[in-house]
Amino acid sequence: MGKYWNEEIECMDREQMKALQSERLVKQVRHVWDNVPYYREKMKEKGVTPDDIKGIEDLHKLPFLSKADLRDSYPYGLLAKPLSECVRIHSTSGTTGKRVVAFYTQNDVDMWEDCCARAITAVGGTKEDVCQVCYGYGLFTGGLGLHGGSHKAGCLTLPMSSGSTERQIQFMMDLQSTILCCTPSYAAYIGETIHKMGYTPDDLKLKAGIFGAEPWTEEMRKQIEESLGIKAYDIYGLTELSGPGVAFECECQNGMHINEDNFIAEIIDPDTGEVLPEGSKGELVFTSITKEAFPMIRYRTRDICVLSREKCGCGRTLVKMAKPMGRSDDMLIIRGVNVFPSQIETVLMKMSNASPNYQIEVGRENNTDTFVIKVELTDGMFNDTIRSIEELERKISQDMLSVLGIKAKIKLVEPNSIPRSEGKAVRVIDTRKLID
Amino acid sequence: MTVKQLSVFVENRPGRLSAITKLLGDAGINIRAMSIADTKDFGILRLIADNAERALKVLKDESCSVTISNVLVLRITDRPGGLAEAMEVLYKDNISVEYMYAAFINTESNTACLVLRVDDNDKAITALEEKGYKLLSQNELA
Repeated sequence: MGKYWNEEIECMDREQMKALQSERLVKQVRHVWDNVPYYREKMKEKGVTPDDIKGIEDLHKLPFLSKADLRDSYPYGLLAKPLSECVRIHSTSGTTGKRVVAFYTQNDVDMWEDCCARAITAVGGTKEDVCQVCYGYGLFTGGLGLHGGSHKAGCLTLPMSSGSTERQIQFMMDLQSTILCCTPSYAAYIGETIHKMGYTPDDLKLKAGIFGAEPWTEEMRKQIEESLGIKAYDIYGLTELSGPGVAFECECQNGMHINEDNFIAEIIDPDTGEVLPEGSKGELVFTSITKEAFPMIRYRTRDICVLSREKCGCGRTLVKMAKPMGRSDDMLIIRGVNVFPSQIETVLMKMSNASPNYQIEVGRENNTDTFVIKVELTDGMFNDTIRSIEELERKISQDMLSVLGIKAKIKLVEPNSIPRSEGKAVRVIDTRKLID
Repeated sequence: MTVKQLSVFVENRPGRLSAITKLLGDAGINIRAMSIADTKDFGILRLIADNAERALKVLKDESCSVTISNVLVLRITDRPGGLAEAMEVLYKDNISVEYMYAAFINTESNTACLVLRVDDNDKAITALEEKGYKLLSQNELA
């Protein structure tokens, strides 16, 4: 097996790829028009019918799809296949309590796993490799996505899921894992733990790691590569589109190749919605042209990014996306979980009739995100005993955990102590420096 | 006979106590008893002022988190075993003390005053007064 999983696609001539994308787009638009009333209405509103879409040059005529559309149509509104043909559900933590639920047919799962197999092959994975997957298994797409890709690529797959770091390391050594898949912060943590346990990279057989689901820097890449003695590669994906593997890094480690046979990428101006010329910085928009159960037409990712068609040293012709440079909304990614300040507000509003003022502090200690929510006490919240305040902190912490899906340290603070700028409280302080 | 106690939520950062006590001082409020309960991130400053209503207003105006609760100010004899005897009275009547601290008030040279927060004020007042203990009133704090 060579260095490509699917050379024909990954190195396809540009014109041929365009023709393939056009053919699939036309079919996909017809599919959603016929099967998803929500899309049909949106297209009618914009005055577009499937007859207007003859190829990718017509893509810009189609309406955008946003996270709000996903929320409005939860859970079945965007389903394009009967449930009887669906075989899998995955989900993300979503805005204001409602999650994004994505459906997969068997073909969708196959396509997704194929994308992940390309990523694993690109970092040197073959059937001689032992691939340790320590992304969380479950509704989160990280674990099962890479797991399936690893199977497909023929690697001996270790489905570890996350946590129990010392046991992870024991297995890594005993079973001679060669490829590690997890979040970059967890990779860094594994690296530290290995050193604490008195081992060095020489005690490991690891050669490569595929790390995604949260932003990370070049500095962190170097650190992980040194502490584990590996090459560290980035991977990109969204549950809405399938999961990890929408784009993956090759040996050149300077951008992620988008699997264009399945996902058409556009860069738009987030304010006007206008498509920007190649090489411009803007919001990344995806159209999934092969997904059957849950197709996304012009889905706005809110990730700010640049695409590049410069010839890549690896020989792939798939367009490359840079690491996202920020967001066009206020979403934070903390320990791999999407967090919107509005979710925090919702939890606090439910607790107290006065709306408490709050501030989110995100930092990084020992390569793990720290997440503190400061909440200003309101009159009704305080009643003389330490016990009652600690109980209140615990209660808020539990409610946050159930809505956000991750643990936050709650710190109650004095009224009016959170700095306001021009009358508006500063909601988020992020000191992680995630963008180079 | 209870007395109004102010509890102020104070974050653990330099200058907070200084700011709050100065606020009260500038308003001419005398602190007659106080204690601080502390945790890693915050503390509760509990105090008895000569004028509770005014102290409350001053603190609220500066948007402090303040709450008022009714506590007992108990006078005991200042000698070994003096406190133990008072505690025994409460214990025998099954009254729990949530917290307690010493006051600056000294009405006579051989007595000491304590601020007590119990789970049942009425029951504690009856029990203590039956045994001849003196509980101070709000007026006696001025």
